[in-house]
Amino acid sequence: MTGSASVAGSAVPTRPEALSAPPRPAFSHDWRRIARIGAIAALGQMFIALSNMPVRLDERLVVKPVLSLGYLVLLFLPVAVGYRHGHQTVREGVPVSRPGLHEVVGGFSCGLLAGGGLSVLAVLLAHFDLREPLVNWSPILLDLLAFGNNTWFAAVIWLVIGAGLGAAGGAVRLLGPVSRRAVVTMALAVAGAAVLESLVVDLAEGMGLEALADRLYARRGGVNWNSALGLAGVCGVLAVIGRGRLRHARLRHAELQGTKRTRANAALIALTAAALIVLPLFAGKLTNELLANVGLFVLLALGLNVVVGLAGILDLGYVAFFAVGSYCAAVLTAATSPRITPEMPWLVALVVVVVITGLVGLFIGAPVIRMRGDYLAIVTLGFGEIIRLLFLSDWLSGWFGGAQGITKIPAAGIFGLTEVSGTDPRRVFYLVLVFCALAVYVSWRLERSRLGRAWMAVREDETVAEAMGINTVNVKLMAFVVGAVLGSFSGAIFAAKVGSVFPASFLILVSIVILVVVIFGGMGNIVGVIAGAAVLIGVLGGPKQPGLLVEFSEFKLLIYGALLIWMMLARPAGLIPSVRRTRELHQHEMAQDAWLQGQVDDEDEGKEARSSTAAARR
Amino acid sequence: MIPRTLRRQTPRTGVDWFLTVLRVAALTVVALGLLAFIAQEIDRDNPFARWANPDATGLTGEQFWGLIVSGVSQGAMYGLIALGYSMVYGVLGFINFAHGEVFMVGAMTGMIASNKLADAGMWESNFVGSLVLIVVVSVIVCSLTAVIMERVAYRPLRGQPRLIPLITSIGVSFFIQNASIVLLGPAAKAYPDVPDWVKTKHTFLQIEGSKILVILVAAASMACLWYVVERTKSGRAMRAVAEDAEIAELMGIDVNRTIVKVFALGGAMAGMAGILWGILFRSVIHSTGFLPGIKAFSAAVVGGIGHLGGAMTGGLTIGVAESVGPLVILEPLGVSGVSQLRDAVAFAVLIGVLLLRPSGIFGERLPAEDRT
Repeated sequence: MTGSASVAGSAVPTRPEALSAPPRPAFSHDWRRIARIGAIAALGQMFIALSNMPVRLDERLVVKPVLSLGYLVLLFLPVAVGYRHGHQTVREGVPVSRPGLHEVVGGFSCGLLAGGGLSVLAVLLAHFDLREPLVNWSPILLDLLAFGNNTWFAAVIWLVIGAGLGAAGGAVRLLGPVSRRAVVTMALAVAGAAVLESLVVDLAEGMGLEALADRLYARRGGVNWNSALGLAGVCGVLAVIGRGRLRHARLRHAELQGTKRTRANAALIALTAAALIVLPLFAGKLTNELLANVGLFVLLALGLNVVVGLAGILDLGYVAFFAVGSYCAAVLTAATSPRITPEMPWLVALVVVVVITGLVGLFIGAPVIRMRGDYLAIVTLGFGEIIRLLFLSDWLSGWFGGAQGITKIPAAGIFGLTEVSGTDPRRVFYLVLVFCALAVYVSWRLERSRLGRAWMAVREDETVAEAMGINTVNVKLMAFVVGAVLGSFSGAIFAAKVGSVFPASFLILVSIVILVVVIFGGMGNIVGVIAGAAVLIGVLGGPKQPGLLVEFSEFKLLIYGALLIWMMLARPAGLIPSVRRTRELHQHEMAQDAWLQGQVDDEDEGKEARSSTAAARR
Repeated sequence: MIPRTLRRQTPRTGVDWFLTVLRVAALTVVALGLLAFIAQEIDRDNPFARWANPDATGLTGEQFWGLIVSGVSQGAMYGLIALGYSMVYGVLGFINFAHGEVFMVGAMTGMIASNKLADAGMWESNFVGSLVLIVVVSVIVCSLTAVIMERVAYRPLRGQPRLIPLITSIGVSFFIQNASIVLLGPAAKAYPDVPDWVKTKHTFLQIEGSKILVILVAAASMACLWYVVERTKSGRAMRAVAEDAEIAELMGIDVNRTIVKVFALGGAMAGMAGILWGILFRSVIHSTGFLPGIKAFSAAVVGGIGHLGGAMTGGLTIGVAESVGPLVILEPLGVSGVSQLRDAVAFAVLIGVLLLRPSGIFGERLPAEDRT
């Protein structure tokens, strides 16, 4: 691995190696910390149980017949807190103790408390009537917790389960990097196989590989336990063999220069495009529907990414542009629209839609552009709501149909070649794909353009940007307009796909979901945003659209909220961080690292830190 | 004297012209609407009123008074919520978007507690006593919610650019709303029936009892808050932290603890407002917190953020504007179905204030690092 080490050294700014100290004694603990972690976990477990998640998700089997999604959500937290307890903050110059029995015992105690939450809950539920305010949990929960036995059994068994899982979570710390990677890969492989079940089955049927799907999955959902073991084994072995290869390949790709890099990128893009074009041919209706939904949200998220990620303007009313795009397309193409019925072909209408939404972007952007960032957020939220209320109102119902909306929107005709409507999701997907490709190209080119650099300058420091001669007002307005136009594409396709538009489709929560997608994926990073949309919308589903885990539909907004908080606290740069943005967020840390390495004088650490990271990158 | 040429540093751009046009247009619409309203009130058949809206019926004096009273009572409630936004903004410099959800938690707690009391029979036998009881419960629960929120979601992010805690608070708001759905169900839930003297109009100024109650309670809470902030030691600490957190810390003030107190106090006011919502509307749902939250934020901005009296004034302004505005300004101009546009009017007031006078009526008081 010497080769890869040198590559790693040159491409990533390395942190100083942590010093290691002997393991901590097994039974000497910071008990207050354990009590705190355990109490939080116990409350979390109670919340999960009372939210009825276990019962609802119990129908979905992960590994048949031993594990359902319902139990998985209850089992997850003890493992997580057990693992979390062993976490040590790495401080420069302070040795980190090697993991030992201490971690296992700590994990055991945390897990015990977490399980204790469920035990207490089981006893409470059996003896008190909690259904008066907390209406949502169902009595099946008690059975589920007790595995069919009585309450006291439930109380004891959850203590045992919690403690065991907590200890297991702590024990993960003991594993070396290779085996830890293998364990994580195995768990992810089985979970992934279970989550992607309907997708895989559908594709397998399309390709005539039913036998394979039957082997992997049981008849009524869930991965067969023997296939799960097999899959875990194969993936574990692959993880051990392939350790470092992926990283190595990525770093080599990052190292490439000039034409070689262009060629490698082109090959990657061609491969992705080919996969995206070929796969839907084998997929059934539901899968294509899912893909089309994901595509629509990718389009929206790319638009919001220009506004939030590149220009740093927090626009909470982004749904307004989606709504205006949809309604415009509906009014221009539908024969049933109340006031004017030009019945334009969809492509002609699209041009008008783009112009109108661009103007709306200008109109909304101009008054807010001078405001402070946080006022701007609330005011855009207000605009988003005003636009929905106007579409809903009786006042304009002569134009937009009020609460009844506009129905019977015709399919989108493409040069008379095909007609795209919701009845054939595959065509919708291809249409969305074309627009996504356009949006990706536009964002990619813009990011590297003069305008894109101006956006990033405004995002980093508006005053400095202005001093550098950037016309901040115009630049920010352009961000609004570009974002609006990208959002309107999605709106126009949405109108043709669904065939009707209602004000209820454009609630503020759509804006928030798009924001979560952008932040989860990684603000300012195109690949990150696409990945974010694929993972969140594909797996959990959009505001109204079901995802792969249909059972989650009641809980997905809750999860989106929690995810948003967690991302901001733990990984503000997102799943796949944008390099430039990360540097911005972690400037202090990098400066500190550089200072510790003795590369910087105290006076101008910021400047030096940057040049030192630049040196490290060279 | 500064030479005239130097006074304006940035050149006028298209955006400035657009803003000027927008300001003028907004004022014109308001003025025209008011004139048309007055014209209609004087004589329904006068030509100006006919031109503006031939079908307008105008308002009787009694209707107008009713609108004002319900505007004031709702405005008092918005003002109580606005205090929380204003105090947090004054101390930390970020919008706690989830504060509206704290209010919703208060209304929910009040609903649960009052229904329990009604089951026990105390609600009917001793209405005022049980009201005090649910206020206490709700204030405690809301303070706790706000404090936990601060500890979990905001404290780790202190010192970050202000959009970061704002985004987090949107997440918190989303989470609390949906937690309410998954725990308490998505249906609207009712408060138990209130005694007759609360429901009926009183001879005294023709006001419903519930509205008198709301206005009195709001005034009393405001007085308590004023006392705490202006006359007690922790209040002085709060004002010091709002003035300059760093210096306050050097003067021996525990900044963390003071911020916790600010959140607790804001939460308490929101809890109070939640009960008032329960008295006024007697029904609560998971999305109850969203619109009043936004309106209360507008109120805080209207009054001048960081300013306690301003929050209350702003609340009353927003409350009266959204209650009177549609019928006095939009209806005379021929906009139909105006009552649906209440919320749009509230947002329009926010946007209008930020366009015309972004620092609010009394001027804003910002934390040291945000002053420019």
